[in-house]
Amino acid sequence: MKHFDFDVVVVGGGHAGVDAAHASARMGARTALVTLKRESIGVMSCNPAIGGLGKGHLVREIDALDGVMGRVADKAGIQFRLLNRRKGPAVQGPRAQSDRKIYRAEMLAEMESQPNLSIIEGEVTDFIMDGARVDGVLLADESAIRAKSTVLTTGTFLRGVIHIGDLSYSGGRMGDKPSVRLAERIDSFGLPLGRLKTGTPPRLDGRTIDWDKLEKQPGDDDPVMFSFMSKAPFVRQVSCGITHTNEKTHDIIRKNLERSAMYGGHIEGVGPRYCPSIEDKVVRFADKTSHQIFLEPESLDDHTVYPNGISTSLPEDVQSDYVRSIYALENAVILQPGYAIEYDYVDPRALDLRLSLRDVGGLFLAGQINGTTGYEEAAAQGVVAGLNAAAEAMDRDPITFSRAESYIGVMVDDLTTRGVTEPYRMFTSRAEFRLSLRADNADQRLTPKGLAIGCVGEGRRRLFEGKIERLSSARTRLEAQSFTPRQIAELGLKVNQDGARRNGFEILAFPEMSFEQATRLDGTLSDIDEETRRQLERDALYANYIERQNRDVAAMKRDEQQVIPQSFSFDAIEGLSNELKGKLNAARPGNLAQAARIDGMTPAALTLILARLRRESREKTA
Amino acid sequence: MMDTIFALATAPGKAGVAVVRVSGPSAFVACVHIAGSVPKPRHASLRRLSDLDGDTLDEALVLVFQAGHSFTGEDVVEFQCHGSVAITSAILRALGELPGLRMAEPGEFTRRALENGRLDLTQVEGLADLIESETEMQRKQAQRLLEGAIGEKAETWRRDLIRAAALLEAVIDFADEDVPEDVSDEVLALTEKSRLGISQELRGIDAAERVRTGFEVAIVGAPNVGKSTLLNALAGRDAAITSEYAGTTRDVIEVRMDLGGLPVTVLDTAGLRETEDHVEGIGIARARERAQAADLRIFLTDGEAPDLAPAPGDIVIQAKADLRGSGVSGKTGQGVEQLVSEITDRLQDQAAHAGLASRERHRLALAQAISGLQAAETHVRIGAEQYDLGAEELRNVVRALESLVGRIDVENLLDEIFASFCLGK
Repeated sequence: MKHFDFDVVVVGGGHAGVDAAHASARMGARTALVTLKRESIGVMSCNPAIGGLGKGHLVREIDALDGVMGRVADKAGIQFRLLNRRKGPAVQGPRAQSDRKIYRAEMLAEMESQPNLSIIEGEVTDFIMDGARVDGVLLADESAIRAKSTVLTTGTFLRGVIHIGDLSYSGGRMGDKPSVRLAERIDSFGLPLGRLKTGTPPRLDGRTIDWDKLEKQPGDDDPVMFSFMSKAPFVRQVSCGITHTNEKTHDIIRKNLERSAMYGGHIEGVGPRYCPSIEDKVVRFADKTSHQIFLEPESLDDHTVYPNGISTSLPEDVQSDYVRSIYALENAVILQPGYAIEYDYVDPRALDLRLSLRDVGGLFLAGQINGTTGYEEAAAQGVVAGLNAAAEAMDRDPITFSRAESYIGVMVDDLTTRGVTEPYRMFTSRAEFRLSLRADNADQRLTPKGLAIGCVGEGRRRLFEGKIERLSSARTRLEAQSFTPRQIAELGLKVNQDGARRNGFEILAFPEMSFEQATRLDGTLSDIDEETRRQLERDALYANYIERQNRDVAAMKRDEQQVIPQSFSFDAIEGLSNELKGKLNAARPGNLAQAARIDGMTPAALTLILARLRRESREKTA
Repeated sequence: MMDTIFALATAPGKAGVAVVRVSGPSAFVACVHIAGSVPKPRHASLRRLSDLDGDTLDEALVLVFQAGHSFTGEDVVEFQCHGSVAITSAILRALGELPGLRMAEPGEFTRRALENGRLDLTQVEGLADLIESETEMQRKQAQRLLEGAIGEKAETWRRDLIRAAALLEAVIDFADEDVPEDVSDEVLALTEKSRLGISQELRGIDAAERVRTGFEVAIVGAPNVGKSTLLNALAGRDAAITSEYAGTTRDVIEVRMDLGGLPVTVLDTAGLRETEDHVEGIGIARARERAQAADLRIFLTDGEAPDLAPAPGDIVIQAKADLRGSGVSGKTGQGVEQLVSEITDRLQDQAAHAGLASRERHRLALAQAISGLQAAETHVRIGAEQYDLGAEELRNVVRALESLVGRIDVENLLDEIFASFCLGK
């Protein structure tokens, strides 16, 4: 009988690490979070903001499962904006500027107050191996932490190289040392690796910015929080500034292009197309004479400003020159130069739907190491890996997420079946069931699941059940009454005079219809509270589309239930083309729905796979 | 709920009887619509079939099987109608207009049978061949479509739909960046253009119901084995330049002819061999592509095997029968008649195994695309507040057109977005 110090050990205290450790502890698993420095838990190494389109959806989903990112982002939020406020609710995404210091402090407080969770300071240098299975980690001081499951969330540490102009040195993020032995151990697993890059802009001293001249972007008047548990911002709210690059800026960049690490040929990793460096923007969109820059304060009691839009790998002196060519930044002082960072990632197709490596037992990966970018993507993977690491350690069933139920499911599926070609970021357009996977209903979609698996606490359960109770009783009342086309037309709605009666919920589905108008049809509805009204409007708006999608959802769920076992051999299937076999072997789909999404897959080929699955399961039971 | 699927279950083309099979939860509802009522299960009953307007389609035997007692395990209806292309396509069309019904994908009946545990192991063993041939046929159909007249149009629709969807998605997903807020005019211009093109195509399909594009038969073999001479013999005229020198046919020569009543284009391809000659090399590559895409290949052999492998169903025959005694000879005409009847037999067999199904499938896809485009336009016209709904409709349009324009993946949209807009704060 092996002795274990913990059920789960999580390596890394970044965004993936904290939500992984917290999720694992919520499941009741004895969990250790190993980090280099306690005070770097929850550090934001890139821009000081959480959320956005697709990303805000992820934060809501993390919150619906009682994860930490949403709560902490609310506490640290200094400017809240709901993106796409004037578009449909399905594509609205909450976003907030965060105070870095508060974020870090609140995150540490969350970790420290969570039962079952121990924080251990130390540098992980190696895994404890038992054959092909990871049994915990070794620290630099030679101490060992034995655990049944290990979650690795070490971001860009695998062969991380930082570039500033022609200077380069190895490192994780600025100031951290890379762990060589651990990297060698991971090499020994023979995992498929790729190389990516990303960049950051220079940080500016806010006191040297001419704020008075700048256009301001304030937060929303009625801030929308991330967490279903929060009601209003916790701290003072601020505005961001907006300025623009100009021809002079672009000239300086063009003249010094060969001194950029990117264009000087020092970097081979692939960068994200949605987050190009300022060099890239000037070169690729040469006809654009100006690019927008958001000046984002990093903290309420600090002067650091993050100029969003000018990430770069130019030498320091050039950074200073081009920054000072920009309006209102004529005297700006750089506190920390921008840099590009190149790093190895593990091809996520080597992972299963639990984010566990297929070929290395007991090891889970989450975050940037899987080829993603963004705090939210990292944290969401942390939740998946943390829940499953705990489930595995406690001999419980795997916890998987479907594309039909969540953005988390979309992301994990994209990563594990398609891999990545650039740092993977969430967009709402990646979710084919976007109209039903909304930020506003993340709790309706996921909190029941969280309750069932046991990762949702008592406070949230009470709040959620109360909300659902109000929603369903209000909906029942709406549906109980029906009205004639004539009555509806009297409200000013255009409706077919077809004689068909429509119930209150159906009437609410008219885009121009509000709940308040519905109360004119039935005065008794006016006792329904504001939050319930708005939620019913959103649910009603998409009801017809969602009904139409349900058939697709059902078909996909059926296919998801056709699990393809780890041992399944695609090579043994007669009639499958070699090309398709190659693709199936690379992606190793975990179920028939995943197989169906592989490029070039045909219905006929799926039937072959299904036939083979059937045969194997019959042979097993026979 | 499961879709209800339907398809022609017998080989297409002229035959005494053709069977149209319907399977799924709405099968009996469909039976009521088409045949007036549901006959007693497992008893053949004669019924008048009519479309939704009440026009008579055929008199047919109707057989129904209840869920649990059918091939697929679901409710199944079989219409055993007269085996004419006009009748079967009219029935398929009528079924396609019923809600919840759609044309079956290749192999889908079998798949349902599998899912419902209605196939035994030996039947599963035999599946591979069946499915392989279906896949092959599908691939060829798509290829032919894309190479043919509709290909260019499909390519334009594809480009326009990607652009239109990408514009909407850019406005949605990059709202906090430097992208336009209103793209309605540009999107509408693109969707209207596609919609008109698709409508025109749809009318074309109806009118040209009987004008078949014909089959392609490729003659393949080593240089100078007598391919061109055989073509001439088949065509009865000097269509290809023949000479004693290897490598004379540098490209692909096509001759349309009537073979046993079927419209057939015979392709004379450049001889397959290793060559140093650049121009001839191009000819050989083209020949190989065309030959692979053809419906049937005739391999003329002269001892040595060409480096292209015959597919199942291809004809492999000895060349220069005049010198060798057996096989075929274009020069003397020996064996040509047998070859022609062999070709027509195999083509009849393939017949529009594909043809009919694909035409009807395309017609349904185009009709669905048009209504989707109209719905998308309504939303886009209202403005950015309904772009999410417009994008949803466009997604459905793309799905409907997948068999024609190929799959449009979110990556295609992102490529277009990143190529068009300078994004990234």
